[in-house]
Amino acid sequence: MGVQRDFIKSLPYFAGLDDDTLDSVRKYVFEKKAERGEMLSFEGEPSDTLYFVADGAVKAFKTSADGKEQIFRIIRPGESFNEVPVLSGGVNPFSIETMGPVVLNGMKKKDLETVMREYPQVALNVIHVLSMRVQELISLVEDFSFRHVTGRVAKMLLEYAGHSIGEGRRLTQQEMAGMIGTAREMVGRSLKSLEDEGAIRIERNRIIVTDQQALRETAGVTR
Amino acid sequence: MKVMPVIDESKCQKCGLCVSVCQCGALVLTEKRVMVIEVDDCAWCTLCELVCPNEAISCPFEIVIEEKHT
Repeated sequence: MGVQRDFIKSLPYFAGLDDDTLDSVRKYVFEKKAERGEMLSFEGEPSDTLYFVADGAVKAFKTSADGKEQIFRIIRPGESFNEVPVLSGGVNPFSIETMGPVVLNGMKKKDLETVMREYPQVALNVIHVLSMRVQELISLVEDFSFRHVTGRVAKMLLEYAGHSIGEGRRLTQQEMAGMIGTAREMVGRSLKSLEDEGAIRIERNRIIVTDQQALRETAGVTR
Repeated sequence: MKVMPVIDESKCQKCGLCVSVCQCGALVLTEKRVMVIEVDDCAWCTLCELVCPNEAISCPFEIVIEEKHT
């Protein structure tokens, strides 16, 4: 596939650059392929390469002390990862793993710095990308800090549960997230938490309420 | 018949991301569309739904209260 100018041109980092400039930038970009399940970066470790996903998808996640995985972002074609270690010189806040076969375009930290010095438009674009990322993270922080998402998920399950198979409402995690005003990732986390507490059991495409009273207590409702 | 993920053809852009993350071979990208094949191994991991940029594939959960046998 090789590094394509059209792909580079479509990236927010290189928006507004003319074709000659894009060709100059392309010299610094290299292609890397990875298979499903490959770890591309590890939380807490430095990384000297900024990557753009050209094909496939990767996930940015953290693992808690008890081994639970919390996905923070799914990175799709046209999106990037490793900004924090590359731009701050610090360590990666997330681990990055491929979700299937992927094709990446990479740029080394020193080359990105060269490009930013030579073409200030790229530096402005980087600021724009980082601002968008801050907005996404603020939204997640709100969910983590101020709202009792698990309680809202519990209340919703009580509202929509049927008393026999075929009678209950069918909802995707995305729909549940939309209904209670949170991120899909938070719904997944809350469902796991409710399952750990024994209030529900997840059997493939069914969420089975095993302890209504426990669910009511989490939801903060009396009946 | 096994319940499988559902594709909304009007939203699907045939980008193939769902196919690339599917671990059980339930999704196949043809020239015209993404097809869902009934396979025993589909564990409802919902990764296909998670990666879809167009919300074209869905893995709904049915919510049911457990019947208590006394």
